[in-house]
Amino acid sequence: MRDILRRRDVYRPVPAVRREVLTARPAVTTDRPPLVLVPGFGGGAWVYAEHWLDHAAERGFAAHAVSLRGHGESGTAARTTLRAYVHDVVQVAAGLPRQAVLVGHGAGALVVARALARYPARAGVLAAPVLGGPGVTGLATLGRALVRNPVGTLPAVVGGPLRLGRRQLVSREVPAATGREYARRWGRAAPLAQWQLLCRRAPEPPVGDPPVLVLGSPDDPVVPVSALRRAARIYGGAPLLFPGMGHALMLDARWREPLDAILDWLEKA
Amino acid sequence: MPPVSMGYFYDQGDSVCVIGAGASGLLATKNLLEHGFAVDCYERETGVGGAWNWRHDRSPVYATAHAVTSRPATQIPDFPMPDTWPDYPHHSQILSYLERYADHFDLRENIWFGTEVVQVRPAEDHRWDVITRSTGGGTERTHRYAAVVVANGHNWSPKLPEYDGLDSYQGEVIHASAFQDAATLRGRRVLVVGAGNTGCDLAVEAAQHAKACWHSSRRGYWYAPKYLFGRPVDQVNERVLAWRLPLRVRQWLLHRALRLTVGDLTRFGLPRPDHRVYETHPIVNSQLLYYLGHGLVRPVPDVARFHPDEVELVGGETIRPDLVVFATGYLPRFDFLEPRVLGIEDGRPHLALHMFGRHPTLAVAGLLQPDAGLFPLVHWQTVTLARWLRLRSVDPGRAAAVWSWLNGLAGRRWSHTRPKESTRHWFEVSHVRYLAALARVLKRLEVNA
Repeated sequence: MRDILRRRDVYRPVPAVRREVLTARPAVTTDRPPLVLVPGFGGGAWVYAEHWLDHAAERGFAAHAVSLRGHGESGTAARTTLRAYVHDVVQVAAGLPRQAVLVGHGAGALVVARALARYPARAGVLAAPVLGGPGVTGLATLGRALVRNPVGTLPAVVGGPLRLGRRQLVSREVPAATGREYARRWGRAAPLAQWQLLCRRAPEPPVGDPPVLVLGSPDDPVVPVSALRRAARIYGGAPLLFPGMGHALMLDARWREPLDAILDWLEKA
Repeated sequence: MPPVSMGYFYDQGDSVCVIGAGASGLLATKNLLEHGFAVDCYERETGVGGAWNWRHDRSPVYATAHAVTSRPATQIPDFPMPDTWPDYPHHSQILSYLERYADHFDLRENIWFGTEVVQVRPAEDHRWDVITRSTGGGTERTHRYAAVVVANGHNWSPKLPEYDGLDSYQGEVIHASAFQDAATLRGRRVLVVGAGNTGCDLAVEAAQHAKACWHSSRRGYWYAPKYLFGRPVDQVNERVLAWRLPLRVRQWLLHRALRLTVGDLTRFGLPRPDHRVYETHPIVNSQLLYYLGHGLVRPVPDVARFHPDEVELVGGETIRPDLVVFATGYLPRFDFLEPRVLGIEDGRPHLALHMFGRHPTLAVAGLLQPDAGLFPLVHWQTVTLARWLRLRSVDPGRAAAVWSWLNGLAGRRWSHTRPKESTRHWFEVSHVRYLAALARVLKRLEVNA
């Protein structure tokens, strides 16, 4: 049974920090649920502001991109852990007028998976999820990153910053200069939270039994397709795959396809 | 009880009826909906929030009321309050929080406002006939529901003590529930009876606004400050609880901490506590001792009797207040139910987990006096209720086994200590023990999908 006492949340509440939330609203109010978009470790709300926010709004979904603490324009706090990131996401979701859909990308999907256990979302979407953990898929993801990008990944193993390269983030369809700019803006997450990616426990099951969609790319240089399948299986489904795309689905040249697929799925769900 | 003899009824199928749209009713409605039940919630007022809505005639809140538990211990577990709010939110913030909860989860479309429940009576197959009418009159309607959740609150029906001569007393006498703001006190000599959280708040209020203030308490209490070591006191307590020390050690630690921070209560003229800390409902008030120390509140013993123009205290002293405020608590009331249906004897409900009575499809939500915030407990209570009703519909065999186990819990107390015997401690629970018990029930209720 999950812990319903949650002592630590009482005696050591997560400190409040200023939160950056970038929002795009549809021109007319619709009955579609609002989206809370959570970037992966190192990414800020800006990654969604590039293309996804406006397109979601055009399709009638209010979209709110969050910068986790220590990322983008959000404030920082000492000893930031996954718990603090989850707190940030749940705070934004509970602050919206209506029950929200949580969308997480990369390690942000792990934050969303945990937030789903703390907030009864309308639905959950895990895009190119890096769920980490000490299991086979977690190690496979790490091994893959070490092979593809040893310089950026090795420091992370010893607690330093994890840096993703341009070729990991986006496919060759994105102009090299733009890709380099993305990689430059990609920051880093809190070291403690980064460690927790490796040794965290499995997230508690979601509350309110929301539908959960897992999607990604079979050509993602960060997340192996086996990890996508495994993630989808946890939620009783199959991953939706977009061949030929890089890890950063929202920045790649064909960013529209996965977003449209998510919104179509939400309209049907 | 009005005559209700219609033979016909609206058959509401598998829907569940929730009585009251206060905090507990909203939590019940949301959690039942989340578990796939259709819900009709009846609310006699025109808004949500129950006791926390100061516009309601039955609301006990006064202008300066703040939570006595800190924000993380007060908020609903799956809908946190904004982390920018103060440690101890004001009652208007709590109301706006409950209103946002109702909107966020689209609960209002399931709530029938301005409709009161007149009677609830058992029908065949463990179903219930719920008779409703517009608040204050109108035609009565009977609906038949699969289950009923009673969430009518227990802090609205004043408990007034009896004293010799009270009837012929010529000064003004009110119950704390009728107190709204300082205007009532201004320029008057006030006697506040009762040292609960409300009594202490009112004494502080009187110290600031009245001409004189006497504060009468039956016994010595422990007065916890709102902050200890710069942290909200319940957060410090939770930290200590997490060490899982034996009760005696915890009591010793808290006695030490209070001794060092608050000091000797008898110096303020208060009686020495006649019990150890944790044995009565916690009182959290930082200001009372401050005003005692400034001579603006005079502590006095219990009232012995009333004379037409003065009040005689135990010990023989007499005082002449213009206004007597009884902050003597509330009693639970279930006018719409036959007492035996809920297992009520002498006004006291005997419920398994303070929740389940004799019928598997009738439950009470929120009938608790916890040593921490109430909302988290009621959240898990109503999740338990929803899971219970779900198990009952998908696996009646296993549900029957769980039901007999649940019945075995009736009469069990969930407080750490044996609290002092009084109506105030009927529903006293330790949040740690109570949540542990609910977690055990939830485990038994798991449905293997």
